[in-house]
Amino acid sequence: MINDDPIIRVRGLRNQFGSQVVHDNLDLDVKRGEVLGIVGGSGTGKSVLLRSIVGLQRPTAGTVTVLGRTISEMEEEERKRLEQQWGILFQDGALFSALTVAENVQVPYREHLGLPLDLMDELAALKITMVGLPSDACTKYPSELSGGMRKRAGLARALALDPDILFLDEPTAGLDPIGAAAFDTLIRDLQRTLGLTVFLVTHDLDTLHATCDRIAVLADKRVTLQGTMDDMLRSDHPWIKEYFTGPRARAAQASAIG
Amino acid sequence: MTRFLWYKKLRELGQIRPYTRRGFGRIGAIKAVMSGTTTATLETEEAEVGFLVRAKGAWTVRLVRDLDGPLREISPKRARGRDAVIDLTGLTRLDTAGAWLLHRTSEQLRIAGLRVSYRGETPEIRTLLDVAEGYRFGFNLRLPRPPAYIQLADRVGATLISVANETRGLLGFFGLLLEVLWRTIKHPSRLRVVPLVHHMERAGLDALPIVCLMTFLIGGVLAQQGAVQLQKFGAEVFTVNMVAITFLREIGILLTAIIVAGRSGSAFTAEIGSMKMREEVDAMRTLGLDPMDMLVVPRVLALVIMLPLLTFVADIMGLVGGALMVWQMLDTSPGVFIVRLSEAADFWTFGVGILKAPFMALVIAMIGCYAGMRVTGSAESVGVQTTRSVVQSIFMVIVLDALFAVFFTAIGI
Repeated sequence: MINDDPIIRVRGLRNQFGSQVVHDNLDLDVKRGEVLGIVGGSGTGKSVLLRSIVGLQRPTAGTVTVLGRTISEMEEEERKRLEQQWGILFQDGALFSALTVAENVQVPYREHLGLPLDLMDELAALKITMVGLPSDACTKYPSELSGGMRKRAGLARALALDPDILFLDEPTAGLDPIGAAAFDTLIRDLQRTLGLTVFLVTHDLDTLHATCDRIAVLADKRVTLQGTMDDMLRSDHPWIKEYFTGPRARAAQASAIG
Repeated sequence: MTRFLWYKKLRELGQIRPYTRRGFGRIGAIKAVMSGTTTATLETEEAEVGFLVRAKGAWTVRLVRDLDGPLREISPKRARGRDAVIDLTGLTRLDTAGAWLLHRTSEQLRIAGLRVSYRGETPEIRTLLDVAEGYRFGFNLRLPRPPAYIQLADRVGATLISVANETRGLLGFFGLLLEVLWRTIKHPSRLRVVPLVHHMERAGLDALPIVCLMTFLIGGVLAQQGAVQLQKFGAEVFTVNMVAITFLREIGILLTAIIVAGRSGSAFTAEIGSMKMREEVDAMRTLGLDPMDMLVVPRVLALVIMLPLLTFVADIMGLVGGALMVWQMLDTSPGVFIVRLSEAADFWTFGVGILKAPFMALVIAMIGCYAGMRVTGSAESVGVQTTRSVVQSIFMVIVLDALFAVFFTAIGI
């Protein structure tokens, strides 16, 4: 499944807020069909990186190429088309609070495709089943759902248009360990079934073990290391060492192996 | 292999007709859709293996829209055999939406009594078909809607109950506020001076420019409109009386109170509401600080002190606006205006207006703080309460003004 042609290519990215430089000369490749985990301490700009790639944040310098097209050079129309080829799950689902779960999932169908009503209902129900929500969740409003269910509903909306790339921002943050483990499994299963490329920002070592093919570490304003879990464990970088071999890491590793 | 003539004819002509509604009711039809360079095609025909449904091209969510209708109409009634084959060999791309349509079609044929099989199924296609097969019909996606008359009754009832609850809650809060204010008077050291001054500046001083501008303009407009009407029967000299009395007694305080309700009442709700939302109010309580002392009393007192002062400025500006307009329209010089003003208005004309200010301030600040305290967890709730606070406080300001009018008439000033 994984070939070497990068689906997302970031070169020389620089993000600066006032005098504070978040990224400087950051390079990153995401390969087609892989799950790439982005880790880094608080304030290293993991979410900013995600936002720069999807065009929510205009970088100070550098280029971002997604599916062979450069984000900053695109016309409005082309950009809209490209945006339909990725789905984003925001931290708390970011569901539209005035719409039910089913209506949330149908938003992309209504806006971009104008599908017939019946087909829209069927596809929304299919997506809601895919992310493991019960059927009675369809008519509920986001405020009536638990945090885990909101994330699943957000995932269903992100997957509505069958995107090639899925961006996940801290998918397991705020979930209990059982819910988080179930969500990890769901992501992995969906990724395999649908052949998705997943860009995953996380703090959760269990998620890294359970879902990621490769890991990219953000430190010192750039991607310090990209590689597999084994590469991380072999690294001498003090922060990486601390992160991947600290007491919590050992527990996560034990549970991943056991 | 038999196909209908019209289809053969079209093939010979080398063109494909757009889908006609009756097409897929028959056996042997074709439907092609295009988007950019990709196409998706659906064909049905009667073949040796049985009823054949052929899917070709890219069956993805962007293309399947127009295949949905034809697929629903596929009817194998005229099929001769008992077998149906869904041919996938020509598929170049498939996603979950396409897989769903294939699965739905196979179910449709199965229900019609045919044995359905797939041809040219690859592991990738199978995975997607498995996903589609995971979904069963019977999901209820649309919220049930009761009949209109029940909805109407429901809304009326819900509104009545919420108004009753709101009134009771507000009265309760008023009582609590009076008690806390009394406590503050008994122990003045409890008063938080820094927040008090801060809110006096925010709600009072910062409101000056807008209050001045609005009242100046309204004063001018009032004088102009009055002069035009009074001129009709030669009573334009009374324009000054009209401006002075309406402005000092009613318009000055009313305008100022409405501006302040919109400006500061909403700000109080939003400030306290967002603190409530982030559990700051709860944190205060656990640290032994009374939110009434910390948040409510400084705001209420600040407004009670500042609104009369603002009204005073508003009155002056309204009169200035009126005087300038009268000077311009009727050639009544400012000196004459002042003389006529002192004849038309006595202290109580002004006093009636200014006396209302602290009461209106109390109502505005109280409603603003109460709505802020009623905010629950979500950000929408802050918005809802802010709107409610502004609407309620403006409404109460006007009700209060009417009550005062009755009262002052009764005591004869």
